[in-house]
Amino acid sequence: MGTFHQNKSELHGITVVVDTAGPEIYVGRCDDMDDARVILLDVDVHRDGDGGRSKDEYVHKAAQFGVWKKHDQLVLDRTQVTSVRRLSEF
Amino acid sequence: MYSPLLVKPMREELTSVGFEELMNADDVDRWIGNTEGTALLVINSVCGCAAGMARPGVRLALSHNKTPDRLGTVFAGQDSEATAQARNAFAEVPPSSPSMALFKDGELVHFIPRHRIEGHSLEDLAQDLTQAFDQHCT
Repeated sequence: MGTFHQNKSELHGITVVVDTAGPEIYVGRCDDMDDARVILLDVDVHRDGDGGRSKDEYVHKAAQFGVWKKHDQLVLDRTQVTSVRRLSEF
Repeated sequence: MYSPLLVKPMREELTSVGFEELMNADDVDRWIGNTEGTALLVINSVCGCAAGMARPGVRLALSHNKTPDRLGTVFAGQDSEATAQARNAFAEVPPSSPSMALFKDGELVHFIPRHRIEGHSLEDLAQDLTQAFDQHCT
């Protein structure tokens, strides 16, 4: 048993990878998403090439143990988002 | 923080199958300090998105023929001191809850973060755990 949250998107509560058309890629827990925005909680952000790591390298590292959050919450403009996938898929 | 009455059955899902509840830093130090054999620590959580499947998955895994010597649990968001102290034992791992850590002779040998629990079936989680039990437990 546990607490559940109604009226949220199907990815509510799931840790997702949100890629963008720009250099940023985000990993965070999806709170909600619709046609206009993606709301993430406990979010880390990586810029392609930072620390010598590509987006793919960053995501595969994140998939092992998770991420250290940089933001409690971020609201992303859906027009900049190219994909939203579960971190566990990587 | 959620009502203790709401959380009580979530604690009992683990304590009823042999988990020792670690309520403060001293409890954690004593439990972690015993480095003999294998030990499974579950960081419990209220959130049903992941923890609702985590506890049944752990219970299923414990019906396996190989299981850890000791079972311990802290409750994230409820027993903050104990949870923080437990996370110090694997400080290189980003915090998440629920999550699970398997120790062998005091060393972290397997870790299941939240994102490998949420959205998965209890059978998936039990399989992840039992594979680690097969590898590390006797």
